[in-house]
Amino acid sequence: MNSKLQVSASPHTRGMVTTRKIMLLVLCALMPACLMGVLAFGAHALGVLVVSVLSAVASEFLYEKLLHKPVTVSDGSAAVTGLLIGMNMPPQIDLWIPCLGSVFAIVVIKQLYGGLGQNFMNPALGARCFLLISFAGKMTTFTPGSGVLKLVTNVPATTDALSGATPLAYFKTGALFDLKALFLGTTLGCIGEVSAIAILAGGIFLLAMKVIRIRIPGSYLGTFAVLTLLTASVRGYDQPFLFTLQELCAGGLMLGAWFMATDYVTSPITAMGQIVFGCALGFLTWVFRMIGSGTEGVSYSIIFMNLLVPVIERYTRPVAAGMARESRENRRLVKENRKEARRLKAAGKKEDA
Amino acid sequence: MSAKNPGSAIGPARGMRRFDLSRYIHLKKDTAPERIVNGIYFENPVFMLALGMCPTLATTTSVTNAVGMGLSTTAILMMSNLFISLLRKIIPERMRMPSYIVVIASFVTIVDFLMQGFTPAMYESLGVYIPLIVVNCIIMGRAEAYAGKHSPLVSLADGFGMGIGFTAALIVVAAVRELLGNGTLAGVRVMPAAYEPISIFVLAPGAFLVLAVFVAIMNRLHIGAARRKDWDPTGKFVCGDCRSCPRVTGCSGKPETEAANHSHGGRG
Repeated sequence: MNSKLQVSASPHTRGMVTTRKIMLLVLCALMPACLMGVLAFGAHALGVLVVSVLSAVASEFLYEKLLHKPVTVSDGSAAVTGLLIGMNMPPQIDLWIPCLGSVFAIVVIKQLYGGLGQNFMNPALGARCFLLISFAGKMTTFTPGSGVLKLVTNVPATTDALSGATPLAYFKTGALFDLKALFLGTTLGCIGEVSAIAILAGGIFLLAMKVIRIRIPGSYLGTFAVLTLLTASVRGYDQPFLFTLQELCAGGLMLGAWFMATDYVTSPITAMGQIVFGCALGFLTWVFRMIGSGTEGVSYSIIFMNLLVPVIERYTRPVAAGMARESRENRRLVKENRKEARRLKAAGKKEDA
Repeated sequence: MSAKNPGSAIGPARGMRRFDLSRYIHLKKDTAPERIVNGIYFENPVFMLALGMCPTLATTTSVTNAVGMGLSTTAILMMSNLFISLLRKIIPERMRMPSYIVVIASFVTIVDFLMQGFTPAMYESLGVYIPLIVVNCIIMGRAEAYAGKHSPLVSLADGFGMGIGFTAALIVVAAVRELLGNGTLAGVRVMPAAYEPISIFVLAPGAFLVLAVFVAIMNRLHIGAARRKDWDPTGKFVCGDCRSCPRVTGCSGKPETEAANHSHGGRG
């Protein structure tokens, strides 16, 4: 029989994309940033990355084995979560902290809610916030290791060491820093977040491979840049453009915008929703960095917006093609029905009384 | 039992063997011992009825606080149950809520002053949560669901059981939180010096995490017991739809309307 004439239930064709392929591409895209982190901070940083990936994969394997569930280690999502946790660690952190973070991310945030696709917040960021609240001191102590790159740890043009933990703390007053160091990643920060150019390379790779779309990172970075530029101008910082650029390159903003906010599970699926999500992220990060008293707010912004994703999706549901008028009509009818129901209820109450 | 029986479709519970206390303890309903066991295990106010969540989350930062909160609530619960039961014949049906509030508030005020006078340190650390016992749902719930309908002595025992159940729940939640978040138990350091406290556990998110884990464990025990192999849907349970019933754990086995009055009433 001619196979083209076969009658069967849908789906009739399948795409070549699988979870495993996507996760492998994401891992590849994260490699430049990891490499820069290891070059800047030395062997201990590599150890942190390895430990967090291994413990994430191991905890997923053990949880699924112990609970007699199908083992999904091979789809690579646990490895991505683990790597992102490692990239969010300060370079000289004790190795048990990323290990604990990986276990928390996989077991509590991902598996207890039903595994990949069911978690309501990004596991890596949830773990980061868990560790940040629990071990505030250790998580915000950045000491340069023995990397091969020379790090900029002084206030520009002087020999004074930076008073804050990272350059971000130094920006609070509107001061300018060495933009080249921020862009290349030769400054202090978490392992995977320091090098803006490496993260950008990874992000563009993901865009080119069509793993992510520009909507979320574009609207996130755009909103944040516009708001920061306005703030810098209003507050009268010298060179607001340079200030905005260094705010964009510093801290976890790039890593968050390209790799965390674009997580399929915890970001909206509708096009409009993704833009709303990105803009809200940009606004929140701006609030945390420019208005709030802390220095960094990317992770809190993202997990906060993760919680609002169902609401965003509900209000940005696209209209079926050619159904715009019907959709409007439907909405009008629903509204009228509700009004009618309220009227009836009120009338019923009056009768009771 | 015929094949038409709705319960026969529900097979034996799979997985590990469930612990079922009701197999080992047979007590006559509405007697003092039954009420006490009921308050501690079968209808534990925190884990099973999900009442009194606010003090559970807020005052379990240390075992000392949990004991103080639990015992003061127990004292108030016993006294209010006793007096509401004594007054149940003369309190008019329509005015019962305000009357209960007056009785409860009187005892809360007494306990508040007593604690301020004799345990000032505890009074300081519990702060606003002592006066807030007035609006604790457990007390209102027991008055409405039990003390207003039963004789004084049984109501007193019910208050004692519920109070001890509440105290026990607070203590186990607080023990885990204090141990992990501070490395101590009731102020005494028990973890080795090298232990780095995971301070999120003494903060609000830790309270939710620990409470959730305990509720999950209790649900596992109770639901497992309700769905055990030799479970007879025509016997203890009435509606027979236990597999999909969200309240199976608190089911008293009476017809739905009456059961609702007994175990699920007054969640205010």
